[in-house]
Amino acid sequence: MTTTAAVRGLTYWLFRYRRTWRGSIVISVVNPLFFMIALGLGLGKLIDDRPNPQLHGHTYAEFIVPGLLVAAVMQTAFLEAAGPVFQSTRPTGNYRSASATPLRPADIFHGHLLFWLLRAAQNAILFIAVCACFGAVDLVHATLLVPIAVLVAVAFCAPASAWAVTVDRPAKLNMMFRFVILPLYMFSGTFFPIEQLPSWLQPVAWATPLWHGIDLARGVALDTATLPLTLIHVAYLAAFTAAGIAFARRNYRRQLYV
Amino acid sequence: MTTAPLIEARDLTKTYVTSEPYTAVKGIDFEVRPGEAFGVLGANGAGKSSTMRMIACVSPVTSGTLRILGMDAARDGERIRARLGVVPQDDTLDTELTVRENLLIYGRYFGIPWKALRERCDQLLAFSRLEDKGSQAVSTLSGGMRRRLTIARALINQPEILLLDEPTTGLDPQARHLLWERLFQLKEDGVTLLLTTHYMDEAEQLCDRLVVMDAGKIVAEGSPADLIERHSTREVLELRFAAHERQLMIDKCAGVTERVEVLPDRLVLYTGDGESTLAAVHALGVRPAGAFVRRSTLEDVFLTLTGRSLVE
Ligand SMILES: Nc1ncnc2c1ncn2[C@@H]1O[C@H](COP(=O)(O)OP(=O)(O)O)[C@@H](O)[C@H]1O
Ligand SMILES: [Mg+2]
Repeated sequence: MTTTAAVRGLTYWLFRYRRTWRGSIVISVVNPLFFMIALGLGLGKLIDDRPNPQLHGHTYAEFIVPGLLVAAVMQTAFLEAAGPVFQSTRPTGNYRSASATPLRPADIFHGHLLFWLLRAAQNAILFIAVCACFGAVDLVHATLLVPIAVLVAVAFCAPASAWAVTVDRPAKLNMMFRFVILPLYMFSGTFFPIEQLPSWLQPVAWATPLWHGIDLARGVALDTATLPLTLIHVAYLAAFTAAGIAFARRNYRRQLYV
Repeated sequence: MTTAPLIEARDLTKTYVTSEPYTAVKGIDFEVRPGEAFGVLGANGAGKSSTMRMIACVSPVTSGTLRILGMDAARDGERIRARLGVVPQDDTLDTELTVRENLLIYGRYFGIPWKALRERCDQLLAFSRLEDKGSQAVSTLSGGMRRRLTIARALINQPEILLLDEPTTGLDPQARHLLWERLFQLKEDGVTLLLTTHYMDEAEQLCDRLVVMDAGKIVAEGSPADLIERHSTREVLELRFAAHERQLMIDKCAGVTERVEVLPDRLVLYTGDGESTLAAVHALGVRPAGAFVRRSTLEDVFLTLTGRSLVE
């Protein structure tokens, strides 16, 4: 019953996606393509392509691909969760019309979450496929990176939607992007190991879900993963997801049943 | 013969929990019987939408009981909503989808199988006179068409009760008449209608029975004819005066009839016989700039009960 209700909610988002899928695929491909070209043309010349001791003996391209993947997936996850959830919750939004049907607020949330999950998988597969074409990652590792990217995406979508459903002004969405998501992107080890950060900033990085995602993905991609650390990363991301889902279910109910 | 009511509200109360708690519905009682068109007539802010949203099971009841189709609104929301059609006051049509897609996706929310759904869409597009609009964007529709599409959407699950919150507010007269005609059709087909309005002509035209709501309370209940008989006189004499002698004339009219209402733009005298009252007024030396005798309407009922007019 609940699963089918969530699938009905998902159907709505797939209906809408039929109009925008071409554009979204172009974006998903162009984003890693530019990174790969920039890395090959410019950055690669600046940062030599020999194994680097500060990067645990890997080339910069090998080092950065898992970070870029996870950070890009997080960014898309936030953008697809925050804005659309805000729009859907407005008095004239699609959450309101769905609320008048047998769907419950939790079903409406689960349906949207399924859509983010599918989009994150699609996004991650395209991203990693482009990197693989440039030889920046091999097929086995690429395959392992996809589920990690999806986990990170869900760990962001769930809390982001739990928050966005309560937002009253669109300006807050921009603020969140500028002051939380972008700094995360910059300081969670996407472009450089967090050991390069001042020592007081490192614990902040440890607390961010993005760092856990990136470190997990990087460990897997570079074969440096250890079991305890892998478990910690997965547990952290899973806990973030679970808490996000619980808050979202509560907030959706409060906002849709006034 | 008694039939069990489809909707039964007892001491129904709604308090919004905001920084300053606000009670929008203050302990109302009413029932809606199968097959009838039941109206809630009230001015803006009376609590009509709050009541409708509780019945639609998207707004928790603060206190009192609300039973719909024999179920409890607080516990059986999903099952109740599966058998209701809802036309909310705010237009919630999806502008990202076409006219037809709006019906399809809504039908899927109810779990209607695709094949049956496609047939139902064709029927409903024809019913709402939108058969050639199916592939168009919602944004290309006029206000009246959007409202008809919302009604078509609400009918997708063949509901036993159709809730309409101010169905014709903001529509031009022609669009309103077309919509009323569609609602009459539904009534003939046996659908129970519950509608709110602040138009007395709409209430008179469509409703078998209605309640008058004011400031969160029900102040009267009955058929339109009943209410007029109980709370107003058979006829009404309306007088208008030139501004400079207005007050003087109003004073002269005092006591001509048992009830006289002074409105900003006119004087309203309640009487069994408008013509003889007009003659009596003339005999007192009153010279109105305009005089007009008409039947009593629900507007007069509302004025009697609340001391205000319905539409300001
Ligand atoms: N979500 C809400 N939170 C707080 N107050 C509300 C809310 N919705 C409606 N109200 C208040 O309740 C009163 C009744 O509103 P409503 O039921 O919409 O009346 P009507 O539909 O008759 O115009 C109004 O004073 C309105 O401001
Ligand atoms: Mg209203």
